[in-house]
Amino acid sequence: MVAFLRRHVAFLAFAVVMMGLPFFTSNTYYLSVLAFTATRLMTSLGLNLLMGQAGQISLGHAAFVGMGAYGSAILTTRFGMNPWLAMVVAAVVAAVVAGIIGIPTTKLKGHYLAMATLGFGEIVLILLIQVKSITKGTDGITGIPSLAIGNLVFTQYNPRAMHLLLWGVALLMLRMSLNLADSRVGRALKGLHRAEVAATSLGVDATFHKVQAFMISAVFASIAGSFTAHYVQYISPGSFTLTFSVLLVTGVVIGGLGSIWGAVWGTLVMMILPEYLKQYEDATNLVFGILVIVIMIFLPGGLVSLGSALGKLRTRVGGRDRRAADTSDPGSLEGNARRPGGAA
Amino acid sequence: MKHRYLVYLAVALALVAALIGAVGCGGDETTTTTVEPASTETTAPASTETTATGPSGEPVIIGAVVSATGPASPLGEPEKATLLMMEKQVNDAGGILGRPLKVIIEDDQSDPQNAVTAAQKLIQQDKVVAIVGPSISPSALAMKPITNQAKIPQLAMAAANAITDEPPIDWMWRTPPKDALAAAKALSYVSETLKLTKVAVLHDENAFGASGLAEIEKTAPDWGIEIVAKESYKTDETDLTAQLNKIKGANPEVLVVWGTNPGPAVAAKNMKQLGMDIPYVGSHGIANKTFIDLAGDAAEGVVFPAGKLLVPSSIVDPQQKAVVDQFAAAYEAVVGSPPPTFAGHAFDALGLLLSAIDTAQSTDAAAIQTALNETTGFTGPDGVYNYTPTNHDGLSIDDMIVVKIEGGSWVLAE
Repeated sequence: MVAFLRRHVAFLAFAVVMMGLPFFTSNTYYLSVLAFTATRLMTSLGLNLLMGQAGQISLGHAAFVGMGAYGSAILTTRFGMNPWLAMVVAAVVAAVVAGIIGIPTTKLKGHYLAMATLGFGEIVLILLIQVKSITKGTDGITGIPSLAIGNLVFTQYNPRAMHLLLWGVALLMLRMSLNLADSRVGRALKGLHRAEVAATSLGVDATFHKVQAFMISAVFASIAGSFTAHYVQYISPGSFTLTFSVLLVTGVVIGGLGSIWGAVWGTLVMMILPEYLKQYEDATNLVFGILVIVIMIFLPGGLVSLGSALGKLRTRVGGRDRRAADTSDPGSLEGNARRPGGAA
Repeated sequence: MKHRYLVYLAVALALVAALIGAVGCGGDETTTTTVEPASTETTAPASTETTATGPSGEPVIIGAVVSATGPASPLGEPEKATLLMMEKQVNDAGGILGRPLKVIIEDDQSDPQNAVTAAQKLIQQDKVVAIVGPSISPSALAMKPITNQAKIPQLAMAAANAITDEPPIDWMWRTPPKDALAAAKALSYVSETLKLTKVAVLHDENAFGASGLAEIEKTAPDWGIEIVAKESYKTDETDLTAQLNKIKGANPEVLVVWGTNPGPAVAAKNMKQLGMDIPYVGSHGIANKTFIDLAGDAAEGVVFPAGKLLVPSSIVDPQQKAVVDQFAAAYEAVVGSPPPTFAGHAFDALGLLLSAIDTAQSTDAAAIQTALNETTGFTGPDGVYNYTPTNHDGLSIDDMIVVKIEGGSWVLAE
């Protein structure tokens, strides 16, 4: 029991904090920022799996979020399908598409993979705009029904229930990601990332595992898109552009590529910091951009390496015990705990 | 090694993001810095006045959501500049209800999801009395349920019919002419000025063109107009001779083209090449210089419906002329260029709201709602507004004009 708690202390602490938040505030503004943070986290976790674990880049992830959002919107508004079922159907479609796209693209590397995924994202965006008979084009789709369980309706006007649902799912995905990283599949992916030839020679099926990672990340993104659609109750193609894909990648990278907790911290910073910076009005984007650059220059390992970076700084300056600084950060603790399990 | 490549890529992406931010801010900075010299001129006389009837007490807080950055920034930037300009003007003139006016502007970055957060922030955090905006229709449709639920009056600056056509509209008004009004103006020109009845419609397959066709088909019989041919094209098509040849075969008396650039310009050029000399009636989607640049000589003689701000000399009503002249001069002094149509939408939105607050003598939402619904004859750059509990569009067909392109510029066609 103690061992279990120690192993999962970071996750449990995070889960308790996030699930407890709505009991301390009923401000729907805070809760709406957190709701969008939850859906963003779902996407980031999937993208982190793909980029950080499997070493594949995707500049087209907005497309999978869009497929989830539009899948849910179309199935519920046109065919009157149950929202939960629509979410599952959309996720399955996203997985199938990711599988079909993934087989040729995951054979590509570096710039070529970036370009291929970017192209895929643009194609989906063009379809969303042009296939007007189904997607209503740039008008977007209105009147998307809310998610509900019996009499409990999850809407913006019931922000606490919505928060618990969204963060419940996001935390579940986080738990799945953490488990996956420690599993055989996670080790295989890491092996492919670090040394593909070596991993392949040890019997790891490269294409299979990469496509698998691509499909899982597409499912995470699609589910995030479905939740967003039911939360906002309106969607339009403008939300699924290249800019969104780039923001997703930025979030994963500034958090700390390859670390699941990095995806968490990166998402929190990407979603909450701009809201906080709104007080600087026109300078918001500038300040945010500079902060991102500073993080990348001084913390190339991402936010998750903040603990160890501070520790190093302290030992250099004052010679204090660096272990104290290291363990103060649950992210780096988790990162260190996982490292021996990796294929390093 | 691969890891390092990704980090470099991320740094590059972050730089790009920062640059986009910097450019966006750079644009804003110029507007704010240019406000300074203008403000020193105008505050001097106003400050003496302030001591007499200066605003005091708790500010009246009005929220605004505009697309100051992103693809729709050509709409949002002039709107933002207008709102800031008006905030200053109102406060220099003694405020509203004797209290200072405070306009809190949020940028939705042209994304409806950001508009949702912005609306929640304005309502929850800033406790705004009412909301002006957003700039674009998707954001308006995304915000509508929120302001409706919170019972906060909202004056949208976007044109999609659904914003005020589909319930709930209790808390939503709009200032720009909606898409249906432009279609009606075009058809009235065909029927009453040209006195023609056989019309061919060529439209873009996108939302704008399709909604235009739907509106034309719905109302054509009312104008005694028969649609003899309808053809469509994809936004990026570079040759429309096939469609035009089909249309030619149906022998229409006039061609109506509904789309945004570049399609309508291609159609104008192809018509000239095919020797089709029937009148070309466009949509308000070509109410910009781009159309003239793209179509060149073929643009000559093309007519289209637009707001009166496009041809300021078309404003004959002395009251409206005075308002527009004053607004245009003030805008030009602050921003340095004549106000585009979008600045007019913002001027009308905040103006209508302040007038309603003044009439109600209250910042209570229900009182503002009643006052807005009783708005009659409010005159602004976009036209004369008459709201009722069921009509939240305000403008009428008389607020639009038909513009003709002559010698590469716009003149009044009627």
